[in-house]
Order: sequence, then structure tokens, then C-alpha cells
Amino acid sequence: MNAPMNFEEGTPAGHVRERLVVIGNGMAGCRAVEEILARDPGRFDVTIFGAEPRVNYNRIMLSPVLAGEKTFDEIVINTREWYDDNGITLVSGDKVDSIDREHKRVVAASGRIEPYDKLLIATGSDPFIIPVPGKDLDGVVTFRDLDDVDKMLAAAGKGGNAVVIGGGLLGLEAAHGLNLRGMNVSVIHLMPTLMERQLDEAAGWLLKTELERRGQTILTGANTKEIVGKDGKDGKVAGVRLEDGSEIPADIVVMAVGIRPATGLAREAGLEVERGIMVDDHMVTSDPSVLAVGECVQHRGLCYGLVAPLWDMCRALADHVTENPTGYEGSVTSTKLKVSGIDLFSAGDFSGGEGCEDIVMRDASRGVYKRVIVKENKVLGAVLYGDTADGSWYFDLMKKGEDVSDIREALIFGQAFASGGALADPNAAVAALSDDAEICGCNGVSKGKIVACIEGGAHSLDAVRSGCKASASCGSCTNLVESLLSLTLGGEVESGPKTLCKCTSFTHEDVRRLIVEKGLREMPQVMQELHWTTPDGCASCRPALNYYLLCAWPGEYVDDQKSRFVNERLHANIQKDGTYSVVPRMWGGLTNPRELRAIADVVEKYDAPMVKVTGGQRLDIFGIRKEDLPAVWADLNAAGMVSGHAYGKSLRTVKTCVGSEWCRFGTQDSTGLGVKIERMTWGSWMPHKFKIAVSGCPRNCAEATIKDFGVVCVDSGYELHIAGNGGIKVRATDLLCKVETEEEALEMCAAFIQFYREDAWYLERTAPWVERVGLQYVKDKLAEEGAVEHYAARFRYSQQFMQDDPWAKRAAGEDSKLHQHLAEVRPFPASQMENA
Amino acid sequence: MMIGNWLDIGPVTQIEPGTARTLPVVGGEEIAVFHTMRNEFFALRNKCPHKQGPLSQGIVHGDVVTCPLHNWNISLRSGKALGDDEGCVPTIPLKVDAGRIYLLRSAVIGAQDQAA
Ligand code: SRM
Ligand SMILES: Cc1cc2nc3c(=O)[nH]c(=O)nc-3n(C[C@H](O)[C@H](O)[C@H](O)COP(=O)(O)OP(=O)(O)OC[C@H]3O[C@@H](n4cnc5c(N)ncnc54)[C@H](O)[C@@H]3O)c2cc1C
Ligand code: SF4
Ligand code: FES
Repeated sequence: MNAPMNFEEGTPAGHVRERLVVIGNGMAGCRAVEEILARDPGRFDVTIFGAEPRVNYNRIMLSPVLAGEKTFDEIVINTREWYDDNGITLVSGDKVDSIDREHKRVVAASGRIEPYDKLLIATGSDPFIIPVPGKDLDGVVTFRDLDDVDKMLAAAGKGGNAVVIGGGLLGLEAAHGLNLRGMNVSVIHLMPTLMERQLDEAAGWLLKTELERRGQTILTGANTKEIVGKDGKDGKVAGVRLEDGSEIPADIVVMAVGIRPATGLAREAGLEVERGIMVDDHMVTSDPSVLAVGECVQHRGLCYGLVAPLWDMCRALADHVTENPTGYEGSVTSTKLKVSGIDLFSAGDFSGGEGCEDIVMRDASRGVYKRVIVKENKVLGAVLYGDTADGSWYFDLMKKGEDVSDIREALIFGQAFASGGALADPNAAVAALSDDAEICGCNGVSKGKIVACIEGGAHSLDAVRSGCKASASCGSCTNLVESLLSLTLGGEVESGPKTLCKCTSFTHEDVRRLIVEKGLREMPQVMQELHWTTPDGCASCRPALNYYLLCAWPGEYVDDQKSRFVNERLHANIQKDGTYSVVPRMWGGLTNPRELRAIADVVEKYDAPMVKVTGGQRLDIFGIRKEDLPAVWADLNAAGMVSGHAYGKSLRTVKTCVGSEWCRFGTQDSTGLGVKIERMTWGSWMPHKFKIAVSGCPRNCAEATIKDFGVVCVDSGYELHIAGNGGIKVRATDLLCKVETEEEALEMCAAFIQFYREDAWYLERTAPWVERVGLQYVKDKLAEEGAVEHYAARFRYSQQFMQDDPWAKRAAGEDSKLHQHLAEVRPFPASQMENA
Repeated sequence: MMIGNWLDIGPVTQIEPGTARTLPVVGGEEIAVFHTMRNEFFALRNKCPHKQGPLSQGIVHGDVVTCPLHNWNISLRSGKALGDDEGCVPTIPLKVDAGRIYLLRSAVIGAQDQAA
């Protein structure tokens, strides 16, 4: 078979068959040949070169082979007999080294020379290897062909640790296989979400949770710095070191970070190549005698990494070479993950955009998340997790660009529901349910009971929740209960209390309560369990949830910077010209020469255009650029000053007056107490800004009676006032109580703050909060047996983690990306640019 | 060919999802490069059409940034102010290739490039 062939010999005169040479015995190359044979079997003499020493097999099934669900024989597409029966010369295990377009021939590694009339390049892709030290160590493998699978199986046979770099489709399938084969698997993924090109944050979080449940370690947002080798043992891998310095032991490292079209041959042969080999709609390259298909090509600007587009390309190619051109117009693709027991589907564009509408359905008890993206009445994309039965239906609607306005309401419930005629109206579907149908799974409430409850006077969602408990727990049946309300009452449903934002049907109170009750500890978890109707929340709920989680789980929850307003992210106040102001803390309004000197030095060193005494008894330095903030803070830190949090929904200032130390009317040491209070409370995040003042006598020079917490000293002790507000709508404080000692004042201050932190809505200052809940409610709560000690203790516990100067951390280099420019562009004259 | 028309401004990992970073241009306008939580990248002039607020410092949600100064919502895709507000900020064509971010050179350097 391997002897050079004489093509003239044995061919009838006048009917010389064209010679088709195919480089690449993979999925696209063989499929193209099959398609040509189906149209015109006698047209070509076919020779296929394959670098792999075997017949053509179904590459995508390597994952089930690794997982032990299939054998190699079961995934072979074309056996030896197929090549023989169709007169195809298969040159396997021999890589083509060069293409000589001038003489129309290819040269293989073995030295074999093969002339062609038409050449087909189908070289697929090469796995991308990240250029880190140690990438060439023994035990570092990729996941592309059967040899790779064999290497992984050999390693798995010995057990131990496997590290997979890359949390995309391939990486996760490799991780799953190795996990099933008994290895201890860690996945390292650069991005914060697994499979970020196919999944949104919500689905990515569900996937991560499930894989962790199966015993895999998933490290997202993790950057590989180095692959380390075993001491003394030549070239054998021992582990992976991450950028943060941590090291994960590994007996095998699988690199699955992406693929690059294999274009080397084509590039060297002078064909037009960008990211892939450039082809037209008929898969013809820049040389009319050379065709290309598969992952190695670039068509209309796109390169593909899935098989579905290859089938269409091969059809167009075969139509073209058999002179019946149809053309290929590009493909839309969909993705499934081949990990048993995980149902996941993604298709189209889910990045959202102008005019896009997200329809989201979540069912926490079944672990289902569905999101369909609609624009101008057409399905643009879909992400499904946990229930993918309707994936192909959405994909079909998407590809056909069908108008979905008629089924819009029922779209998210799936094909069976949406095409159910009368049932397309969710209300009609609910009406059709029998009386004993269970609506609320959590509390076991039937339709009949809910209807009875509504007829008994519960005319709002909230009334139903408190009346018969339906939808009061996980809330997944909220839609159904709302349908029952409108069915039973017609138009008379009373709208419930204000929800947290448009992403949820829950109120602030519900969300706060459920975070604690259900132990919800991460933002995507709250959104999934509480059925958020958007994939990743909005600018209203993200900051609120961030605060609620921080308040509920001090020391445990990791603050989410991107959910914070710029001032809280940069720990300074943004000004109208985009610069920042810096307000260092001056405890109780006291200062000293060292602090004043440091401030003066900063003003001169950074050329700050203005310094001003604020209304909060401290100094404000204006006009600092975001790049200079860390250096300014370092200088202020050096003089012992910390952030004044003039920018935060947090404790701002504690204003004091001079008090008994100097003032002829002073009754107590108001300055000293103010400093103690500020030392106790600084750094705490609050629902809104929080201000405190301590006045030494009822003349009240520190304006304590318009503060969130105010202390007015009197001869017999301390009057504690709450819920005052200057600002837009002035509100004088209410007297909370009177205490005799400083210790009691401090204790009550801590207790009141913690109660406010745990009870108020995000962005509700103490004044509107007390107006809403009533002074008596606050007094009663704090008067409960042991309440003051209890709240104060919780506040102190939380403060352990909060009293960590954010400026010092930034000055030491934390989050430096937030302050530094990416780079600077310095345009050069064109002549210099050539060499740049 | 990439080298000629496109300016490589570094790896995608330098911008955390949901944030933006800045790119000053000597003799030109500063650019804000955004990475959304849905993993798209955009580049815009770093000046709000309202009163020149630094858009790079706003909260990013979907493909929108909320200006930190007076909360205008600006589409990262088109540069247009959304809702009732009117105005538009220039966008700079951007592409991501093999984990690196590229900006269209002529749009970054603008007039100076053509003049040379
Ligand atoms: C700097 C300062 C003015 C000054 O030069 O004195 C100031 C400056 C600002 N105040 Fe104030 N307030 C300042 C003391 C006050 C006071 C006086 C006080 O604290 O005793 C009040 C009235 C008391 C009160 O809060 O109840 C005050 C009531 C407000 C309000 C209205 C709050 C309200 O509940 O109605 C706002 C608007 C808001 O927060 O939404 C506000 C907002 C602001 C903002 C943050 C406006 C903004 O969003 O950009 C200003 C930031 C400027 C900056 O970059 O530093 N500022 N502001 C004072 C800083 C105090 C400090 O050392 O931290
Ligand atoms: C583990 C795994 C799982 C996958 N799962 C899926 C999935 O679920 N769904 C999906 O749609 N896609 C999946 N894919 C992707 C799919 O396999 C590819 O899109 C498809 O194989 C591409 O076909 P191709 O012919 O272009 O490349 P290949 O199938 O890679 O074929 C190219 C062939 O050319 C050979 N070759 C290269 N250079 C030369 C040379 N110079 N000389 C001779 N021979 C050469 C190579 O050895 C290779 O055999 C998966 C891929 C892998 C690796
Ligand atoms: S009173 Fe108005 S203008 Fe003055 S600092 Fe406060 S917010 Fe700004
Ligand atoms: S400057 Fe952007 S909203 Fe005013």
C-alpha cells in the first residue's frame, strides 16, 4: 500500500482521475471525503495523510473513553475496510511536513512525496500550552487525541493527584474522567466563572457547586505561575504553583486552556492565514487548488471549535468540488457538557445588550436555572442548567429566527407548555390544576387551601404567605400563587410591599431573614435560592446583597468590590473633575502636630489644590489622582492616621465638644467619650452612613441631637439619643434612654448600631428607619432580656474583622489594579512605528 | 497584520470582570477599557457625555456603566446615554484574540496617526 503509485497506469485514456490529497485523518477530513464519495465516487483518487497512527475516530467521544464509559473500538468512525472498499490510500502515522504549491505536491516526514490536483487541508487544532516554567515536564499532558487519553489512564492507574488547568468544556470533561478513575482532582481556572464562554455567572456557580459536591477542588480566578518538578527525579512533575504562591501537588497536569488552529503548513506554503486558514464560502483557500475544512479554517472572520459547523463546511466543500456549488454561510453553535449527571446547555449570545430581555426561571429545590435571551421577539440565546429538555427547541427557535411574541409568556416553561394552545397562558394552566394539586412544596400547601385562604380575605401575596404559608419559604411557587390570586380575585390583587428591586419578588426583610435562615453565603447562591429573575442582579440589588451578606457572615463573606460604588471601591470621594478627596480620621475631632504636619506634607508633595476643615471636624485634602491615592495613604499611615471613611455607607465621624476638661459648663468628658466611641465603631459597614456626636452639656455644641446616635452629657450621666438627621430633611433625635456610666453608654451604642445593622434596609438611614418601624419597636427590642449584651457582643465580634485600615492594605499593594493605568499610549511618528 | 492595525494592550486578566481600567493617550483622550461580568470587553473614551465624569469608575452591570458622578447610564456597546438622557461618548473598536486585548490603532491615536 505504501509504495508510490503511478497514476497514469491502468486509467482508461481520456479519463484521468484527479488526485485528491487530504492532510489530516480527523473528523473534518474524513467527513469531506465521505461527502464527495456520496456525490461522485469515481471522481478522485484519494490519499489521506494522518499524523496519528490509526484510523479515523470520533474525537468528541474521547471524554467517555477517559471516563470508562466507552472503548476505543466503539468510537471508530471509519474502519480499515472503509478505506480499502473506497480505494482510499491511508498514510497513517506519517505527518505531512511541507506543501510545494509550485509543483503541486506534498512531502511527508517519511520522505514520501505525493502529487495532487486538489489538496485538502484538514489539520484541525493544536492544544494551546501556556508558556509557564515547567510546561515541558514529564507528566504534563494535553487532551486532544487517543495518545493523551492513554497517558492520563496510565497516570490514573497509579492514583494520586491530578491538576487540570482550564475550566472550560475540555478541562471539565478531563477532570470528570480522572475523578471517576479515582484521582484526586483540582481544576484551576483563570476566570471567576467556569466555562465563562458558555455559561453566565449563575449557571457557572451551580456547576461549580455540583463539581465540588463530587469531590473536585475548583479554584476560579486562579492564575498558574509555574509547574514544579520533583526534586532529584529528572523531569517529573510534582505540582502546580499559583500566582498567589500556593502550591497544589500533582502526579499529572492536564493543560486544557484552549486550542489554536493548526495553520503552520498553510502559512509556510504562503497561503493566506490570519487566525485560521482563510477560506471562502466554498472552502477554497487563497490558492484555487487548495481547499481547507475543519477547525483549522477561518470563515467570514470566525474559527470554530465544535463539530456541528464542520458538517456544514464539508457539505459545501463537496458540492463545490462536484460542480454543484451551494456555499457555506457560517454556523450558530450550541454546547453541552458531557459529564454524566450534569445537564447543561448553552447556545447563542447571552451577553445581553441593548434591547435584550432576560427571561429567567429558577427552581432551587430541583437545582434548575433557565435563562432565555429575547430581542425584538426573537430568541437570541439560552443558558440552561439542571433541566435541558428544551435546549434543542430554543436552539431551533434561535436558528430559524422565529417570532416568539405569541408564546412570550410561556416561553420559559418550555415547548410542551408553550405549544399547549390554551395552556400557553400560565393562568389557564394553573386554572386547569385540580384542587388537591400541591403548589407549595416547602410547606405542603395545595391549590384548594390557597384559594380558600384568598377567599378568606388574603388579597395580596404577602397576606397569602402569612395566611397559609404558601410561597413563604423558598418562594419558587410565587408565580403560581400570583396566578391563583389573579384567577380568584380578578383585577383586585393588592400589590404587596415594595420588593428589594425588580429582580426579585422578595422584600428587603424577606431577603435578610432568608439569608440567615437558609445559611446563604454567596451572592449567586442567594440569587438561585431566592429565584432572582435576572442572571446577575442589577445596580440596586448587588450592593444591597453585598451588605446583607457582609453583615450576616462577618469574617467569612468575601466583600465583592464590583458591587460597590466607586467611593467605597477606591476608599476616597470622587469629585466633579474625576480626582478624589482624602479625609483621614481624626479621633473625636482631636489632632496633633504630627498629624497636621503629615497632612501639610501630603498637600505640598502631591500639589493638592485645597485643604478644608469639614463639617465633620476633620481635614479634607482635595484633588488627588487615583494613581496617587496609595502613596498618599502610605504617607498618612506613617503618621498614624487611618481612613476616615468619609466615602462609605459606614461609620463616618464622631463629633465632640471640649467638655468638662476645659469648658466651664461641661458635665462629663465628652471629648474622651467621643474618642472611645470612635475607636469602638470605626470601620463598620452600615446600611447607610452613620454619624455620631457627643456634647458635654445640653447646650449641645456638637449637634448631637441631629445625629444617628447622639450623646448629651448631663450631671447625672448620659442621655442617649437616636435617629437624628441633618441633611435634606432635618429630624431631631428621639431619646432612647439615660445611663449613668461611660461603659453603659458604650455598650448601648454598640447594641443600637448592631440592631440597626441587622434590621434596616440597605440605604435606609436611622431616621427613616425609625420612622418606619417606630421608636417603640426599637426600644422594645433592646429591652428584651439580654438583648443589649447580645447585640453588643455581635457588634464587637464583627468589628474584629472590620477594623482593618483599608488604606494600609492598599498602600501595601492590595488591589493595585484599581489604581494603576493599564499602560500609556505614546503615539510615535509612522516611521518609528514600523520598528516599534 | 494584527500588528499594523491593532494595538496590543495586554492580557485580558489585567481587568477584573465587572470593572474597568484606564489607558491615557499622550496628546489625546484617556480611554476606559471595560470587562463586563458577562465576559465582554469594550473601550470608550473615559468621559461621560454629561459632565465629563470618569466612566471607568462607574458600576458595570450587563453592558452598561453607571457614571459615578450623576448616575447616567451609558451603553458600553454604543456609547449612547440610555433612558431619558441624551448624549454619546465615542467608542473604540476592540477585539480579544488568544487572551489578549487589542484596540484599533487608528481610533486610539486618531488624527495624529493619519497626519504622520
Ligand atoms: C466634606 C463635607 C462638607 C464639608 O466640606 O464640610 C461633606 C461633603 C459631602 N457630603 Fe455631606 N459633607 C460633610 C458633612 C455633612 C454634614 C455635617 C455633619 O456630618 O455633621 C451633613 C448633615 C448631617 C447629616 O448627615 O445628617 C451632611 C449631609 C449630607 C447629605 C444629606 C444626608 C441626609 O441624610 O439627608 C448628603 C447626601 C447623601 O448622603 O445622600 C451628603 C453628601 C455629601 C457628599 C458625599 C456628596 C457626594 O455624594 O459626593 C459630599 C462629598 C464631598 C467630598 O468629596 O468630600 N452630605 N454632610 C463634610 C464631610 C464630613 C466628614 O468629615 O466626613
Ligand atoms: C476530548 C474532546 C472532546 C470534544 N467534545 C466535543 C463535543 O462534545 N462537541 C463538539 O462539537 N466538539 C467536541 N470536540 C471538538 C471536536 O472534536 C473538533 O471540533 C473536531 O474534532 C475537529 O475536527 P477537525 O477534523 O478539524 O480536527 P481533528 O479531528 O483534530 O483532525 C485533524 C487531524 O489532522 C491530523 N494532522 C494535523 N496536522 C497534520 C499533518 N501535518 N499531517 C498529517 N496529519 C495531520 C491530526 O493528527 C488530526 O488527527 C471535542 C474535542 C476533544 C479533543
Ligand atoms: S452641601 Fe452639597 S455642595 Fe456642599 S458638600 Fe454637601 S453635597 Fe456637596
Ligand atoms: S458626568 Fe456622568 S452623569 Fe454627570
